[in-house]
Amino acid sequence: MSPRRILIFGGIALIAAGMLFGDVFAVFVLHQNGGQTGEALLAASRAVTARDSFAVKEDFARIGGLLEGHGTKLDAHAHMVAAGYLALLLALLQPYVAFSFKSRQSWAQLFVAGGLLLPLGIFLIHYVGLSYSPFSAIGWASVLADSAGALLIAVLIGEVWGLWRYFHGLRSSDAEPVLPPDNSWESRALLVGGATLILLGFLYGAWYAGFDLYQHEAREKNILNAMLKTAASGADAAQSVNEYGTLQAEKAVDIAAHSHVIEFGVLAILLSFIQPFVFLDSRWKRTWVKVLLVGSIMLPVFVLLEMHLGLIAGGIADIGGLMVLIALMGMLAGVLRYTGALDAQRGEAQ
Amino acid sequence: MSAARKLLIFGGLLLAAFGMLYGLHYALFVEHQTLDRMNGSLVTAFVDAAERNLPAAQQAIDEYAGRKYDYVRQVDAHSHWIGLAMVMIIVGVLIDRMALSERLRLSVAVAFTLGSFFFPAAVILQTFAHGSSLALVLAAAGSALIIAAMSAAVVGFARQGIKERT
Repeated sequence: MSPRRILIFGGIALIAAGMLFGDVFAVFVLHQNGGQTGEALLAASRAVTARDSFAVKEDFARIGGLLEGHGTKLDAHAHMVAAGYLALLLALLQPYVAFSFKSRQSWAQLFVAGGLLLPLGIFLIHYVGLSYSPFSAIGWASVLADSAGALLIAVLIGEVWGLWRYFHGLRSSDAEPVLPPDNSWESRALLVGGATLILLGFLYGAWYAGFDLYQHEAREKNILNAMLKTAASGADAAQSVNEYGTLQAEKAVDIAAHSHVIEFGVLAILLSFIQPFVFLDSRWKRTWVKVLLVGSIMLPVFVLLEMHLGLIAGGIADIGGLMVLIALMGMLAGVLRYTGALDAQRGEAQ
Repeated sequence: MSAARKLLIFGGLLLAAFGMLYGLHYALFVEHQTLDRMNGSLVTAFVDAAERNLPAAQQAIDEYAGRKYDYVRQVDAHSHWIGLAMVMIIVGVLIDRMALSERLRLSVAVAFTLGSFFFPAAVILQTFAHGSSLALVLAAAGSALIIAAMSAAVVGFARQGIKERT
C-alpha cells in the first residue's frame, strides 16, 4: 500500500474509532461519571459538617479517581481524532516529501501506529496507575503514551525534513502523484461548509473566552467557598454541590461545542481533498456529504442546548455525532473500493 | 509554490511540532505535579473546613483556583497551537482555491501565522501574571487576526465555488 493510502485509510480509521469511542463515552460514561462525582463531593461536604477529616480525604481520593477516569477517556478520544486529522494532513503532503517510497511508507506506518498507541496509553493511565512503575508520579501507561507522542513528533519532524528537501530541488523517483484538482459539488460543499464551521467555532471560542471563561472561574471559587462555609456551619451544602455540578456542565458544553464545531470543520475540509479516492456513485457521495455537514452542525448546537432542554438535546447531539460517524464510514468504504488508479500515475509530482 | 503557501505549510508544520514538544514536556514534567497540587489544595480546604479553620480553608481554595487557572491555560495553549497549526496547513494546501488577489492571500497567511503563534503564547503569558492586561490584549489581538484570516478564507472559497459553478 502506498504511504498516502496508508495515511488516508489510517487517518479515517483513527478519526472514526476516536468518534465512536467519544459517542460511547458520551452515552455510557459522561453523565454517570458526573453524577458519581457530585455524590462524592456531597459526601465530602457532609464529612466537613461531621468534622470528619479522614472521611474528607477518602471522598477526595474517590473524586480524584473519578476525575482521572473522566479526563483520560476524554483525552484518549481527543488525541485519537487529532492523530487521524494529522494523518490525513500528511497524506496531502506526500507528493512533496522528497524521500524514497520505502522511507515514506515506514514513516506512514509509524505515524498510524503512534496515533493508535498514544490514545491507548492515555486510556490505560487510569487502570494501570503506578503499578510496577519506578517513577513517583508516572506509570507505565503514561510511559507508553509519552513514547507514542515522541514517535509522532519524530515522524512529523521527518516529514518536514522531506518537504525541506523537496523545496531545495531534491526529487524522489517514486514520488506520489499530485492529487488532480477536484471541482465536484461534493468537494466544494465540504470545503465551503468546513471553512464556515471552523469560522463559527472560532467566533464562539472568542465569545466564550471574552464573556464566560473568567465568570466561570470566579463562580467556581465562590461556590466552593460557600459550600465550605455552609458545611462548616452545620447546614447541608447540597445546594452548593448542585450549583457546582451545573457550573461544570456549563463549562463542559461550552468547550465541547467550540471544539467539536472546529474539529468537524477541519474534517470536512480534509474529506474534500480525498473525494477522488472515494469510489462511490455520485448520488451516494452527495448523500454522505449532506449527512456529514448536517451532523456536524447538529452536534455542537444541541450540545449547547443541553443546558436548557436537558437529555433530549443530549440525545439529538449524540445522533448528530452518529451521523458524522456514519458518513465517515460511508466514505471509508469508498476509499476501500479505490482501485489505486491514481497511484498508477506515480512520478507525476516530479 | 507561492510565498503564502510556503509560509502556511512550513509555519503550520513547525507550529504543530512546537505544540507537540510543549505538550510532551508538559506531560512529562508539569502536568502530574500540577494535578497533584490542585487536588492537594482542594483536600486541604475541605480538611481545614472540617477542623473549623475557615480562613485557612479559604486560602486553600484561593490556591486551588490559582493552580486551576494555570492548568487550564497551559492545556489550552498546547491544544490551540496544534489545532491552529492544522488549520494553517490545510489553508496553505488550499490557498490556490481561494478567489482572492495574491496580495490578499499573503495577508491571510501572515495573519494566520502571527495569530496562531501569539494567541496561545499570550494564553501562556497569563499564567505568569494572572489578569495581565498585556497578555489579555495580545490574546485578543491574536484571536482577532485568526478570525479575520478565516473570514477571508471562507469568502475566498465561496467565491471560487461560485466561479467554478458558473
